[in-house]
Amino acid sequence: MLSISNLSKRFEDLVVLDDFSLQVPRNGFTVLIGPSGCGKSTLFDVLTGVEEKDKGDISWLGKQMPDLSRKAAYMQQNDLLLPWLSLVENSLLPAKIAGTDRREAKKQADALFERLGLQGFEDYLPAKVSGGMRQRCALVRTIMFEQELVLLDEPLSALDAITRRSLQSLLLLLQSEFKKSLLMITHDVEEALLVADELIVLTSSPMGIHEKIRIPDRKPRSASDPKLIKLKEEILERLQEDPEID
Amino acid sequence: MIRPGYISLFVVIILLAAWDILCRVFHIPDFILPAPSEIFKVALFQAPLLLPHALVTGLEIILGIAISLAIALPLSTLMFAHSSIEKALSPFLVASQAVPVFALAPLLVVWLGYGIASKVIMAAVIIFFPITVNLLEGFKDCGSEYRFLFKLMGANFWKRLRLLHWPWALPYFFAGLRVGVSVATIGAVIGEWVGAQKGLGYLMIQANARLKVDLVFAAILWLSLMGLGMWRMVGFLEKRVIHWK
Repeated sequence: MLSISNLSKRFEDLVVLDDFSLQVPRNGFTVLIGPSGCGKSTLFDVLTGVEEKDKGDISWLGKQMPDLSRKAAYMQQNDLLLPWLSLVENSLLPAKIAGTDRREAKKQADALFERLGLQGFEDYLPAKVSGGMRQRCALVRTIMFEQELVLLDEPLSALDAITRRSLQSLLLLLQSEFKKSLLMITHDVEEALLVADELIVLTSSPMGIHEKIRIPDRKPRSASDPKLIKLKEEILERLQEDPEID
Repeated sequence: MIRPGYISLFVVIILLAAWDILCRVFHIPDFILPAPSEIFKVALFQAPLLLPHALVTGLEIILGIAISLAIALPLSTLMFAHSSIEKALSPFLVASQAVPVFALAPLLVVWLGYGIASKVIMAAVIIFFPITVNLLEGFKDCGSEYRFLFKLMGANFWKRLRLLHWPWALPYFFAGLRVGVSVATIGAVIGEWVGAQKGLGYLMIQANARLKVDLVFAAILWLSLMGLGMWRMVGFLEKRVIHWK
């Protein structure tokens, strides 16, 4: 499991994280939801080593480490595909950097392209395909990282509703088929309810945990499920009522 | 919609026609200002005289480009890899451009002689700066999110450079190279003016001394065409290399 204990980070007078603790179970899907500017991205920056933490511990599978760089795959809103590489070459980047056997990696990438509906587009440049396809390719690359832990920073927020829905089911594949442990940031309560095992509602200044909601239902879930709709309304109400939350 | 190329051609034709008419109407002698038609005639019919000189100047420019690339590529990489080296060398780079090439030319001729070497170095000095500065800028321009992604993938500096920063900087590199080749003729010609045995600059000095102004203009025309040709060649190469744009 990923364990974050007493993590603190301040920028001059602004305390963003103050003794923040969180556990992400192995092969679990944990989603963080909270207002803009509450510190979610700072948490990811600290976890990935972009920002240095002031204090606190980060451990993965019981092993303490300063940050999760080289331990976690990362996917965000921007697909970050290299415009000069074809889709398949983009997906092969992690293997190329790790120096793994190209033929093996290509075989794996081809299978993933087929699985994620990108077959036939392997040699296309990112500029020649839709945003949804680019994000699928980013998802293939994330899987090709071959890291068990995956950090998702609003990975679908730039997409239209239909593409988003189809990619949400692909995100679930990361957990069910590729046995990844996922920690995701999102602003979309419905999206969170569709994919999360545990939903964590955050407060700001400094960032804290307002509420943890376990969602035991089996996946895939339906957005029209009355239980989920009710839960979504309750969460939205709570988010609106609590001045610390928004 | 009229293509920009046609507009440029039209403007050039109008200007040349006006120049030609003025020369004929006011009977301006050829040794003061020859008409464009005369210049074209000389440029064409004196080609056997101009060509060997143009080849020498062209060779000086090409070698100048090769030398400037051989220095600019590793230097900009080194400056990118170590910001302390960048900080230490930047003032010297800027200072090297503050010194007029006219001031360097006599010294280079004294040190390297009247042969091709001094002109090659002159051309290299001029080309080197835009390539180095542009390439460094291109390396640094790469988005922080991409750098971060490569860091997460565990890429070391050389892998980042090869797979991310170098392709990212290619448009900058070609912009610098375009500027470089278009001004490279200046370096070579100035070197030839100061002291040479061949080259279009040398031919211009010789023709000027004999009041063969039409030949001077013909040499300028050849130089312009060479500069334009190299500019085009770099543009062609750029399109082939940066295929994703």
